[in-house]
Amino acid sequence: MIVAAEGETQINVAQQVEHLENTASSLRGHVLDVKGLTIAYGGFVALAGVDLQVQAGEVLALLGPSGCGKTSLLRAIAGFVRQRSGQVLIDGRPIDGLPPERRQVGIVFQNYALFPHMSVAGNIAFGLEARGARRREIAERVDGLLELVQLGGFADRRPAQLSGGQQQRVALARALAIEPRILLLDEPFAALDRALRLDMQIEIKRLQRRLGLTTILVTHDQDEAMSVADRIAVMRDGSIEQLGTPVEVYDRPANLFVAGFIGTTNALPCTVLGWSNGAAQLRMQDGGTLALPTEVPPPAAGHNAILAVRPEHLVLHDEPGEGRFLVTLGLALPLGGQTIREASLGDGTALRLIEQRHGAIPRRSSQAWCGIAVGATPTLFEASSRKDP
Amino acid sequence: MRLAWGLVAPLGLAYSAFFLAPLLILGVVSFYQDEAMTEFGTAQWRRFLLDQFHWKVIGDTLLLGLKTVAATLLLGLPLALVYRAASARWQRVLLFIVVMPLLTSVVVRTFAWIVILGREGLINRLVLDLGLAAEPLRLLQTELGLVISLTQIEMPLLLLPVLAVMVRIDPNVLDASASLGASRWRTLFRVILPLAAPGIAAGCALVFASATTAFISQSVIGGSRLVYLPAIIWQQAMVVAHWPFAATAAISLLLSVSAVIAVIATAGRIAAGRVEAPTHG
Repeated sequence: MIVAAEGETQINVAQQVEHLENTASSLRGHVLDVKGLTIAYGGFVALAGVDLQVQAGEVLALLGPSGCGKTSLLRAIAGFVRQRSGQVLIDGRPIDGLPPERRQVGIVFQNYALFPHMSVAGNIAFGLEARGARRREIAERVDGLLELVQLGGFADRRPAQLSGGQQQRVALARALAIEPRILLLDEPFAALDRALRLDMQIEIKRLQRRLGLTTILVTHDQDEAMSVADRIAVMRDGSIEQLGTPVEVYDRPANLFVAGFIGTTNALPCTVLGWSNGAAQLRMQDGGTLALPTEVPPPAAGHNAILAVRPEHLVLHDEPGEGRFLVTLGLALPLGGQTIREASLGDGTALRLIEQRHGAIPRRSSQAWCGIAVGATPTLFEASSRKDP
Repeated sequence: MRLAWGLVAPLGLAYSAFFLAPLLILGVVSFYQDEAMTEFGTAQWRRFLLDQFHWKVIGDTLLLGLKTVAATLLLGLPLALVYRAASARWQRVLLFIVVMPLLTSVVVRTFAWIVILGREGLINRLVLDLGLAAEPLRLLQTELGLVISLTQIEMPLLLLPVLAVMVRIDPNVLDASASLGASRWRTLFRVILPLAAPGIAAGCALVFASATTAFISQSVIGGSRLVYLPAIIWQQAMVVAHWPFAATAAISLLLSVSAVIAVIATAGRIAAGRVEAPTHG
């Protein structure tokens, strides 16, 4: 008897997953457009005319420090805040006139915001009940979703009886239950510990791929954005500073803020001498010169500039040489297979280097000559464009 | 876990001496057969329970409490919803307005209501001036007038516990409800009210207990035409000096009010989804 019942449930679950995937394929076409969106609270402008397009089935991360407007953008898409101007469109149709309950936009909150007075099944069923689904259909969908997020035996538990990761799965299943056109994730991993965070990132990515959901992820954690998102929008002061794939944003930051916010960047002050043979001629602070291969014209000769170099793109040498500058070495910290080294320029500008470690950390004298690694692509910014992160 | 029972001792002793002991004495007194308290028997209880009039008074008393609870809920819950959504500054202003009546004595508030409800009172002058009625309405010495004034007098008792639970509701939970497709009404009935149920039940219990035993308001505004149990107790104890019968009436009031409060508390737990808040690491 029991075996038979279990077999039946499994068939139901398989049907449910299939159903979800089928509906998902019909949802696959959902494109989100944000046009000139401005949001202000009183006199404070949280979002200043943001334009953004999210492709169907894409994961876009909104990344930035707190107060950059990423959460306001998310809340405007969900319909919780009204914009001062601009439009939000799904598949080309404006949704600005719709209240949150008619937008069919699923959201997972940082604190999950589960209904504490309802069971896990009750939480997942809530959206289906609100849409007037039949009791039988609701029960089947809830079973399927519980299986999808691997919480089969937890239907009758209360949220307070679940761990953080389990609560997040329930929040995700609850949002998926309404077959959302857009899925919004508001710092969904922030409350999880490190190991669990990676598991859940993989889990969510897997589900998102499988269901083909257009997803927007809000985060202030660049690692999270890099690992989960197809594209990253780096935001600051209510505007998007750069929009691109994780690799683009990391390798070709649009400005110093992005360079500093995504990964670690060493900002080396220098003066532009000129541009010849596809290389910018730079004078470093200690008087040495450096030729930087670049396709883009650098700032005009005589201008002060900032050379942004990733820690892994700086190499130490024992002797002076072409394009090398003098640094004073500080601490060396072993970090797995790498060594993180601190150093400073003559004027005290702090640098950070990452070297691949082979065996013991080599002893170095207190001074060394630092150069740019072969094949590295540091970015040159005009000094006036420097904005403090 | 060892509890520091010693810390409970001062209050425990005070309660035993001034609350529990008198209550026991009251129980014993109600079982005296005669007015002079010479022998024990159930004469007072039979006299009280076998008289239809007393049952009607109990019914009127409980009904007065329920009407007051209903009126305070009807007026108080919308205010609590406004309070929940208000900014911190407005919450302070609203809270002050809610608490303010508690700073004036019940006697003063009751007499203020006489001025408002009387033949020449504020309401009647307004009604006559607006031509809504040809002659003054009778509000004093009616149950309607009594419920109106009790609603104002007991309102803080409802609102304080209700506001306390309202501010603890996570706004994200309400946003989640909306994003899942729930209308404002569904969010109100399925999320806000169940989450506020413990506070609402506590407030209702306080209002009910207070309204059914509000001797001053009952006698000053209700007058002698409306008879509630507290008046009978007062008359038997202080006027007739029939202590056993007064004790019987007092215990009847205590039991009947407690029974209704137990029902309110159970209803609150059911509305809250029987959530026993299992705090779990």
